[in-house]
Order: sequence, then structure tokens, then C-alpha cells
Amino acid sequence: MASLASPSLSLHTVPGRARLAAAAGAPPRRRRVAVVRAKVREIFMPALSSTMTEGKIVSWTAAEGDRVAKGDPVVVVESDKADMDVETFHDGIVAAVLVPAGGTAPVGAPIALLAESEEEVALAQARAQALSQGPSREPHPPHAVAAAARAPPPPAPVAAPATKGIATPYAKKLAKQHRVDIAAVVGTGPHGRVTAADIQAAAGINPKPKVAPPPPPPPPAPPAAVRPAPPMASGAVLPPLPGGRVVPFTTMQAAVSRNMVESLSVPTFRVGYSMTTDKLDALYEKVKSKGVTKTVLLVKAAAMALTQHPAVNASCRDGKSFSYNTNVNIGVAVALEGGLLTPVLEDADKLDIYLLAQKWRVLLKKARTKQLQPNEYNSGTFTLSNLGMFGVDRFDAILPAGQGAIMAVGTSKPTVVADKDGFFSIKSEMLVNVTADHRIIYGADLAAFLQTFAKIVEDPEGLTL
Amino acid sequence: MQSTAAASVSASAIASGGGARSEPARRPGGLRVCGLRGESPACPSLRISQAPARLAVARAAAATNGAVAGSGGFDYDLVIIGAGVGGHGAALHAVEEGLKTAIIEGDVVGGTCVNRGCVPSKALLAVSGRMRELHDEHHMKSLGLQVSSTGYDRQAVADHANNLASKIRSNLTNSMKALGVDILTGVGTIVGKQKVRYGKVGFPEKEITARNIIIATGSTPFVPKGIEIDGKTVFTSDHALKLESVPDWIAIVGSGYIGLEFSDVYTALGSEVTFVEALDQLMPGFDPEIAKLAQRVLINPRKIDYHTGVFASKITPAKDGKPVLIELIDAKTKEHKETLEVDAALIATGRAPFTKGLGLENINVVTQRGFVPVDERMRVMDADGNVVPNLYCIGDANGKLMLAHAASAQGISVVEQISGRDHILNHLSIPAACFTHPEISMVGLTEPQAREKADKEGFEISVVKTSFKANTKALAENEGDGIAKLIYRSDTGEILGVHILGLHAADLIHEASNAIALGTRVQDIKFAVHAHPTLSEVLDELFKAAKLQPREVPDSKPSQPPQPLLKVLSFITALLSSPKRDQQR
Repeated sequence: MASLASPSLSLHTVPGRARLAAAAGAPPRRRRVAVVRAKVREIFMPALSSTMTEGKIVSWTAAEGDRVAKGDPVVVVESDKADMDVETFHDGIVAAVLVPAGGTAPVGAPIALLAESEEEVALAQARAQALSQGPSREPHPPHAVAAAARAPPPPAPVAAPATKGIATPYAKKLAKQHRVDIAAVVGTGPHGRVTAADIQAAAGINPKPKVAPPPPPPPPAPPAAVRPAPPMASGAVLPPLPGGRVVPFTTMQAAVSRNMVESLSVPTFRVGYSMTTDKLDALYEKVKSKGVTKTVLLVKAAAMALTQHPAVNASCRDGKSFSYNTNVNIGVAVALEGGLLTPVLEDADKLDIYLLAQKWRVLLKKARTKQLQPNEYNSGTFTLSNLGMFGVDRFDAILPAGQGAIMAVGTSKPTVVADKDGFFSIKSEMLVNVTADHRIIYGADLAAFLQTFAKIVEDPEGLTL
Repeated sequence: MQSTAAASVSASAIASGGGARSEPARRPGGLRVCGLRGESPACPSLRISQAPARLAVARAAAATNGAVAGSGGFDYDLVIIGAGVGGHGAALHAVEEGLKTAIIEGDVVGGTCVNRGCVPSKALLAVSGRMRELHDEHHMKSLGLQVSSTGYDRQAVADHANNLASKIRSNLTNSMKALGVDILTGVGTIVGKQKVRYGKVGFPEKEITARNIIIATGSTPFVPKGIEIDGKTVFTSDHALKLESVPDWIAIVGSGYIGLEFSDVYTALGSEVTFVEALDQLMPGFDPEIAKLAQRVLINPRKIDYHTGVFASKITPAKDGKPVLIELIDAKTKEHKETLEVDAALIATGRAPFTKGLGLENINVVTQRGFVPVDERMRVMDADGNVVPNLYCIGDANGKLMLAHAASAQGISVVEQISGRDHILNHLSIPAACFTHPEISMVGLTEPQAREKADKEGFEISVVKTSFKANTKALAENEGDGIAKLIYRSDTGEILGVHILGLHAADLIHEASNAIALGTRVQDIKFAVHAHPTLSEVLDELFKAAKLQPREVPDSKPSQPPQPLLKVLSFITALLSSPKRDQQR
């Protein structure tokens, strides 16, 4: 594992990310709960294309102090593909521009603050100052941890000296695309430079995208080039039953099988929790028309809970340590014809539900047309599996390799509930079951996480912020 | 050879605008000279003795050219120093005007364009365009084509470029010989008023007199201080065009036309490219909107990165097992920023005039940063700001517009003046093109320049744009990337600038440049018909999209066919029938 092999590097980057998280992540979130009353909203850098990781502000169409209405274009953003007008989701006054024209910001980062009324403008500006000390100090978040966490073992990088940071143009491009920290990659090119092949190795993709990457469910690919499979099952091959039909695994199915077998080496345990969903259902009815699905709401709720319980968002990669992830990237299991994929909603804590929904639609489409990029299915830090739509009331999920926990969500159905005063009522109740790696996540951790999650689900107003 | 020469002479005589008056006389003259040309190289004296005879015939007919007639004891009516595209264009036109002409060349005929510039680079770009297409699996698949594997043979590609250069060079040489232009070998030096000395090292120098002299010595690649050229790993376009190697990673210093074209070639052949640009933006000379789109189409999706706002203060060639080292300093603060390690560096920081040894000091002319100062008629100015009579300078050596065809146009303009017709070349009508895939072309002002002019002169401008995605032919080719943009005066409809990025943009620009040259306005040209489906319809769209300010509408002439349009048509017809256009580049 690259990140662990060079602890100095990962140590180096973690505080950096943590600082960013402190500025744009958890505390503002708590503050944002307060903001519900204060009515200061953040305008985020939107994800305008599936490959966009950061955006450049071309110009602000609304200036500080301008009153804008929902749907008004406020800013022109240049993505890797085009310039686009970005609209605001709320009415209000542009109180503070956090990223000026010409500046760049990663997707999901706040770029301006919107105050609901004149009174809140000052409040927003104060917050802008607080915020600007954080993110602005962080020029381009290097995504180091996410990348390192995902990197499959490259050949013994332990003793290799860090490169001088010389990387070829294509290597840099690939690193950005796959979120690989170049500083953590050992260059094998002439004069020790980092080449495209080095980055591809670090990102776990093969130079020719014809071959499936080994660890997570790979994108569908012609089966011809499957790598020599690592020890399948326990090696025992049962004799075929007479009259049966043998259909070999597709590449994707082989990868699923491999991952499932590998998961047996992890000591897991499960904790269940039931929660009422009447308010969530009501919210869902409201936002349904805007393309937000139940799954997206649950992802958002899980992401919000995870920011408060980083242990559950962590993973155990070597059996000796916790790997805390600074990004909350939630994989969602999707059944495909003849397979299973987990497209990942990256930074689910930072994006609002509408952006998440939009991103999710794109991911789903790509998953169905088998066009997911590796970072779109293997960057998950937590997985959500929802079988509620089938009427399943409870199930438990197998923990995917490289993650600390997976959540299995059942259907929400009317249930007779007794409250503490002894009154009965009928409420919609949903059963959630989380499977976790007990090496790093203990019973109380998971219980506390579920409690937070249940609170969010039962009082889902915070989800729409 | 005889027959081609005869054909071209007669053709050009017919095509020449006022040809009627001198045509009968010139044709026999041309033929007779051609008959002698076969032996002439072995017998220079014969050539000299024969030439006046020919001239006499021509002049006798061209009686209106009074100024030219009395040669006044000069050896030549016109001596051109430098046989590049500019000199060649001037020479051809001079012969057409009945002038006795010589051209002095110290190196090879064709100059930079033919030997080390536009011509061989087009050969490389032709290869790169095809490589790019074959490599683009998605593009191929969408056309229903299957290509199993592609590759290239570097030497064969290099040979293609070299062969093309020799072919064009011999075409150029032959066209001049056939018309009776004396090609004098050696380095030309002006020794005094209307007097030129020329000679090769080791041969006796000769002195000739000329009624008029044109300096057309061109330019050489400019190499900033601190950069060590070894021709192998650090080199200029001169070496790069020989394609002696295709490095894995090459830094290109300068992101103008030359740098951009080479980035297209190198990335198509598998190199990765790093641009080093001193200004804050890549492609600083282009219209900003075009530059932005060009960056999206030509830079971002390719294996290219870039550093802007930096100077390469020191470049050391690869040696002793070390890579090429490029030290970058901030363009403003001059602080050291970074050291790049690459396999090769191409220096494309522009071109410097080649005017040393011209003997300008003999006639009290002082160059400015090497450029020969000229007025708008290309007349050379001396140190006191006075026109030096009978001395002109065209092309890169005067630095007005460093393009091969601009040099040629300036040369023709000078010959017009020598022949007694005043002529001022409108530089804003000269198109420019960058032959990347897709191509970029432009004529006239960029949008910021036009806005500045509009502010200063108090008129309003309008801008219309159209996309190649709306063009049938472009879509048929699956090449919908690109835009065309027209900038014009909102009140009069005068065309101020046209910029195109897209398939065959370099060929499309001429409709616009001709319109500017002839003063055709948008409201007139919009009625011209374009064949369907062609890429030319991109410009058709553009002209049709242009709207004038309403008050202009009543006084536009309704039914008569627009005059300037007819002019365009006759000009295009003339262009098509004139063979010398093909020979120029």
C-alpha cells in the first residue's frame, strides 16, 4: 500500500486535508445546522461534467450585494469541457464571494455565501472571513489520501526515495483524472521521472483499458484479458451435476466472486436499527419532482452521519492501523443485468441533494452503458445497499474489501409503534443493518453512528441544506 | 522544360490584369529566351547579352511604362536580394511588368518558407493529421471504420518533408529561370546608391547596378540569451523540420504559430509536450475567444501541459547522461520558479530579421532591432527619417507582418510602384493560418483590437459567431469542433476581422480576406451563393447572421447586383487561372 509504505508522505498530507475538512467540512456543517435559522447558504462549485474535479470561475454574473432569485444565473464556471452558467437554488443576497473570477475551486467547495435577508449579510461576511482562512490556504487539495487509499500494492515502494516531482504532461493529466498524488508515486521513467505508466499502475488501471482492474468490481470488459485470477474460493472444484449447464463468469462476475471470497478474511459484525421514516417520506414526495431519489436522500443522510463518526468512514488496510479517509465517498450498490456495480458518489457530504441526484443519474447511466471510470467505482469509503424497493424488510450485506462498513437498508412499512407514554400509533418504519470491520469499528462506534443516522432520517430537514 | 516555360509565360500574360497592351510582344520574347535558357548556365555572357534584346522587345510594346524605358545604363531595372517567397513574388511580377530583373541568393532558392518553414512543416502536419485520425478509435468507429494498428517510420516521414521542400524549391527556381530572371549566387551587399556587390566566398566578387533594389533577406529563428542550441536535444524549427528524432518528452518554448504546429506534430507522433510561454496566456497572438477554444481543442485533450508567465532563462542540452535542463523564471519578478527536465527543447520564440552584412551603413540606414525601417510603401528610411530613393525592403526583414505571403504581397506592391502605379498594401487584408488539426485562421483585427479601434474612432462593432457543429459537411466528416467569428462595423457593415477555428479553416479564410481587400461589406456579400454542402457555408452562415443597425437599411441599394461582389468574383477567377499562385508555396 503506497500510503503506508511511506508514512511520512501520508502524514504529510493528512493534516493538510484535515485542515480543509475543518474549514469546509465538519464544523461548518455543525454551523450549518445553526444556519438553518440564520439562513446563510453556501453556493458550491458544481460538478458540471462527470470528469470535472475542479472548476474555474470565469466571471460572476451576480456581484456581492446583489439580490438573486432562485434560478438566476450567478456565476459562469469553466469546466474541463465548457463554460456554463450556474444558477442559484435559493433566493437571497450574494453576501460574499469566496472565490473571485479567475480562481479555481474543487467540486463541492463553497464559492460564495448567500444570505436570506439584509440582516444576515454581515453574519455571512463574518463567516466568509472565517472560511477564507481555511480553503484559500489550501491551493489545490491534492486528494492524496483518497488516491493512496485506493492504490493497489505497487512494487515495493518502501525504500524508494521520493521523486523530485518531475512528471510528464500526460502523467500529470492522468494523476488529476484518477486523483493520484504524484508525490507518492515512484517514477520509473528516464531520470526517475513519473510517467503515465507509473500513474496508471498507482491508480490500479492498466495502460490499455481493455483489462479489468483487480480489486473492486471492474467495468465490464472483454473477458479475454482477465488477469490470472488470485486464489479462487478454497480451490475446491466440485464436479458438475449431470444435465446442468455451465456458464462461465463474465469478468464482472468473476470480480464480484473474488471480492466476496476475499471479504471472508475480515472479521465483521452487524448492528441493526429501526427508525421512522414518515418525515423522510414526506420530504421525498416534495423533492421527487426535482429528480431526487430515496437512495440519494439516504446517501446524503449517511454522509452527514459519517462526518460525525470518522471511524465508520475509516478502513483497515494492513491489519495494524486505522486509515481515516477525509473524503466521504459513498458507493451505492446497483444491480445490473448479470452483475453488480457500486458507482461512487464522491464527497457526498459536501454536495447538496440536487447535485448528488444529478451526479447519481450520470453515474447510473454510465454504469448501465458500462462506461464508468475506475475512480467512479473504486473510490468508495462506505457503501449503501438498498433493497427496500423489493419489499425486503431486512438483510445484511457483505463488507467490500477496503472499506470499514456497509449499510443494508430495508423497506419502510407501516408499523404499530408504541411511544414512551404508552400510546400506539402507526408509523412507517425502516430497518437498517450495518456490517462493519470489527478490527477498527467497535459495537459502540457503530451504534452511535446509527443513532446519528436515525436522527437525521427522522428529522430530515437538514438534508436539503 | 521548354514547353512548360512557354505555357506559363503565356498563361500569366493572359491573366495579368492590363495584359492586353503588352501581350503580343511579350509572348514571343518569352519564347525566345526560353529557347536559350537550356544552354545559358554554361554561358553567362550569352545570357547577359541576350536579355536586353528581350527587354527591348517588351519595352517597345509597353510604351506607357515610360519611367522604365530608359534604363539609363543600369545593369538591371530591379535587383532583389534574397530569393525567398517574397523575392520570388516580386521577381515574377517584375517580369510581368517588363522589368529586367535579377535575384541574388546566398543560400538556397526558396528561403525559409520553402526550405525550413511553411513547406516542410506542412508535410509533417499532413502526417500528423492522418496519424491523429487513425489513432482516434472513437472517431474511426463512428465512421464505421476499423483500423487494427497504426505506426510510422520516422525516416520516411522526414523524407517526405525533405522531398516536398526540394520539389517546391525546384519549381520555384524553374519558374524564375523560365521567365528570364537572372539568379545570381552569393551574398548581396549594398555598396552605394543603386549599386550591389555579390559573391561567394572564394570567388571574385561582382558589382552590378540597378535602378531599384529590393531587400528581401528574411529572418532566422530567434534564440533568446541563455539558451544553448546543440541541434540534437535543444534546437530550433530549422532542425526540428528534419525530424531526426521524436523525443518522448519535448518542451516547446513559445506558443505562437510555430510552437503550436509543432505540438500538433509531436503529440501525433507520440511525444508529450510542455509549453513554456512568457505571457500569461497561451497563443497570445490569437483572438482571445479563439485561443480559449483552441486550448480546449488543441491543448487540453492532448498530452500537453504548460507553464505561462515564465521565461526559460537557461536551457542546457542533454549531455553526460543528464536530461535537457530548462530553468524557468517568473516573467515579472524574475525569480527562479522551477527547473524542467525533458528529453528535448524546441525554441520557437519568434524570428529575428536577417539583415547583417547588407551594407546598410553605406547608405546611412540604421536597423531597429535588426529590422530595416520602411514606410507604408516599403520604402527604406534612412537614419534621418528620409526615404532612401530606389531602395525597398519587404518581408520578415522589415518586420511588418512576418508571413511568407505578406512578403510576396509587399513585393508585388513595390513592383507596382516601380512601374509607375502608386500602391499601398492593406495589411489588414492579409490572412494568417496555423495548420494544426483542426486549423486556425484569421484576417484583420481581433475582437479586443476592433473594440479599441471602435472606441477611438467612435463607432460600434458587432460580433457574430457560428459553429462548425451546424455545418453539414463538417458533420459528415465527424469534425464538428470549431467556430467562426465575424467582427464588423454595426453601422456600415465593413468587415473588420474574421477568425476561424475548425476543419480546413486555412482554406476558408480567403473569402473573408478578399472581402476585406476589396471593401465588400457584409450586407453585400451575404447574397453570394455557396455550394451545398461545403465547409464554405460556415462563412455563409456568418455573413447571413450579421445584422446592421436599422437606420442603415433604407439607403442600401435594392435591386442592382452589388458591385463589390462582381469584383470578388473576377478576382477569384483571376486567382484560379494564375499559375504562379501554385508555385509560391
